[in-house]
Amino acid sequence: MRVGLFIPCYMDALEPEVGVATLELLERLGCTVEYPYDQTCCGQPMTNTGCHQEAIGAEALFTRNFSGFDYIVAPSGSCVHQVRVNMTSIAQTEEVIRVRKNTFELTEFLHDILHVTKFPWARFEHKVGIHYNCNSLRGIGLASPSEIKAPFFSKPKALLEKVAGIEFVEPARWDECCGFGGTFCVFDPAVSVKMGQDKVADHARAGAEYIVSADSSCLLHQRGCATHIGNPIKFMHIAQILNGAAA
Amino acid sequence: MSAPQSQDAASSKLLHPEVLGDHFEGAHDADGRPLVHAEATSRPIREPVQQEPQPRGAKDRGHRPVDPVEAAGRFVTATIHEKAHDERLWDGRLRRDAAAHALPEWEAMRAIASATKEHTLAHLGQYLAQFEAAAEANGVIVHWAEDAAEHNRIVHDILRTHGAKTLIKSKSMLTDECGFRAYMKGVGIEVIETDLGERIQQLDNEEPSHITGPAIHKTRADVAKVFASTLGSDPTADDIHKLATVQRDTTRPYILAAGAGMTGCNFAVAETGTVVVCTNEGNADLSANTPPLHIVSMGIEKLVPTLAHLTVFVRLLARNAIGTPLTQYTSHFRAPRPGTQMHYVIVDNGRSARLGLAEFWTSLKCIRCAACMNTCPVYRRSGGLSYGATYSGPIGVILSPTFDRAKYSALPFVSTLNGSCTNVCPVKINIHEQIFAWRRVMAEEHRIPLAKAELMRTMGYVLAHPTLYRTAIAAADEVLRWLPHFVIENRFNTWSSKGRDTPNAPKQTFHSWWYQNRIKGGKSA
Repeated sequence: MRVGLFIPCYMDALEPEVGVATLELLERLGCTVEYPYDQTCCGQPMTNTGCHQEAIGAEALFTRNFSGFDYIVAPSGSCVHQVRVNMTSIAQTEEVIRVRKNTFELTEFLHDILHVTKFPWARFEHKVGIHYNCNSLRGIGLASPSEIKAPFFSKPKALLEKVAGIEFVEPARWDECCGFGGTFCVFDPAVSVKMGQDKVADHARAGAEYIVSADSSCLLHQRGCATHIGNPIKFMHIAQILNGAAA
Repeated sequence: MSAPQSQDAASSKLLHPEVLGDHFEGAHDADGRPLVHAEATSRPIREPVQQEPQPRGAKDRGHRPVDPVEAAGRFVTATIHEKAHDERLWDGRLRRDAAAHALPEWEAMRAIASATKEHTLAHLGQYLAQFEAAAEANGVIVHWAEDAAEHNRIVHDILRTHGAKTLIKSKSMLTDECGFRAYMKGVGIEVIETDLGERIQQLDNEEPSHITGPAIHKTRADVAKVFASTLGSDPTADDIHKLATVQRDTTRPYILAAGAGMTGCNFAVAETGTVVVCTNEGNADLSANTPPLHIVSMGIEKLVPTLAHLTVFVRLLARNAIGTPLTQYTSHFRAPRPGTQMHYVIVDNGRSARLGLAEFWTSLKCIRCAACMNTCPVYRRSGGLSYGATYSGPIGVILSPTFDRAKYSALPFVSTLNGSCTNVCPVKINIHEQIFAWRRVMAEEHRIPLAKAELMRTMGYVLAHPTLYRTAIAAADEVLRWLPHFVIENRFNTWSSKGRDTPNAPKQTFHSWWYQNRIKGGKSA
């Protein structure tokens, strides 16, 4: 199985260790992973701002980079949502449609495609609150959102439950948006920061030592909010825990 | 203040437990037992006794763009108001979940309601004609208004014909949309709102901030101040029951003396010509049934085909809005009482144009439950008045630009596109997708700030050219690289200035890690 690894731009620059953990984890699970060297971004910053024309170049580049793979995997539900749902500025050729359809967020890839049943190398003896990026949750369905009357499921949680020693806590508003929201975080800063501060406070009150997510972008924003108000809560991407990271 | 034992469970579910009151503040029955009804089951959220002035809404700059971010910034800073507002509306969301999820058929009902509205809107001309004929057969006089001005003129004409100088009315978003009170003031007719929240807003000369709770952004102290300055009550008496009594006692004489009554319309049944109004205060019934003249102001989108269809909507509305099986009053108005007159004013005001917008027409399905506002994390922390529009929150973001593109061009951007609004919508309007689509329209029509548009052009170009992108990163300083530089230290400089620390960039990108370890290092890629 040839897997193309997509590392989102902000993760490339700010959290390369999450990319390394994702790569190692996929290789441990038997995938042949390639990282197309000329990749940049999925186009979301432009599309999210309404500037679809300006996203065409990035979308074309994404398609060129990833068209030869069986699967494209990214440790970011938000970027995967962009590709799968909103990568529509570019003409929808067969190639584009195939790339979009074959792009998976890491935890759904592990859960739905690889059907991973154990992570024997992983151990994480901490209290963890899971944060769901909204695009991951309501856009591509990593878990069942609280608004909908349906049986509960969570792919990230189902995977984390296989990690030895882990303990879950549940914040009061477990699937409320944290206020990152892509460019929202800079264009509506006061509300964005308030949402972020409320989010980390909610996890802290529930007893979380770590906020864990399948999306680094939300965590980047939350970490900034937490350190600013002196909240000692820690953050980790799910790829790192599943790959056996200690605290 | 410490919460008593019985509220421990509730308090553990609050983000701001300090707003939880220390005693039950709902209504009691004659035996002193707490009443469990629509508005008595709310959590007793009690703001501390406070001197914090009420944050006001967005500044009105005519047709120039509203700045919702500036207004929301002031609302967030008013921490007493922001916390109480957030918890009160979140409580509404929780009550909605409890009521909705108690019904096994909830999601099926949403699907039926959505399909019913889409069908009705697709055959709107036919159902409007049926409704008009049925209403006229019942003895109702039907008027058609193309826009707000015509609506106001028609109502004025009816009132003039009857010599009515005062009008009592129940809550109606449509009349707010039409600037009805201001118009009537101009022609010398006194309008008295009979809904408590709407009356507070009228007395304070503010627009409603929320569809079902017009004054929800105000604290009890704010209301006490408004009543003291306008009705002469004690400014320090902020007990909610006493405040409600003040409103009731001062409004009743108007109800008894008014020459005409006006109600809005929650649903209009084409089959029977009936107008259905749902309230918790019973004020619509007083407004409709006391004076000798009843005028109904309704939008063309309010129709449902039959009474059988209506049942689904009635079951959805109160559960989704306030978490109760029904509103206290679900009143069907069909024909004038003997010796009185009943008029329907059926208003377009941009609705048929909206019906022609391929991406946005389904916003006409809205039944004004306000659940999207209650669940919206941005709305809860911004306050409804920060949107500077009759309709605020997620539904306001998608409706307002249909009235004035320029004025409401910034609204689609005060959203994180989290999608919770879409999931709670009882008629399955894809609200967050429409917000996303409005952003595209605003960009295409050059209605986004120039700096933002330029930034997107530059980013789009650089991100399409990998060599340029990598050069840009390498050329940027070693601490913050190019893209995070956009996010964190851009010209808006809003990441770190508002209570968020800047992340430390690592020494190496993943890209260069890959080069060192997998290309240069020799391991095959």
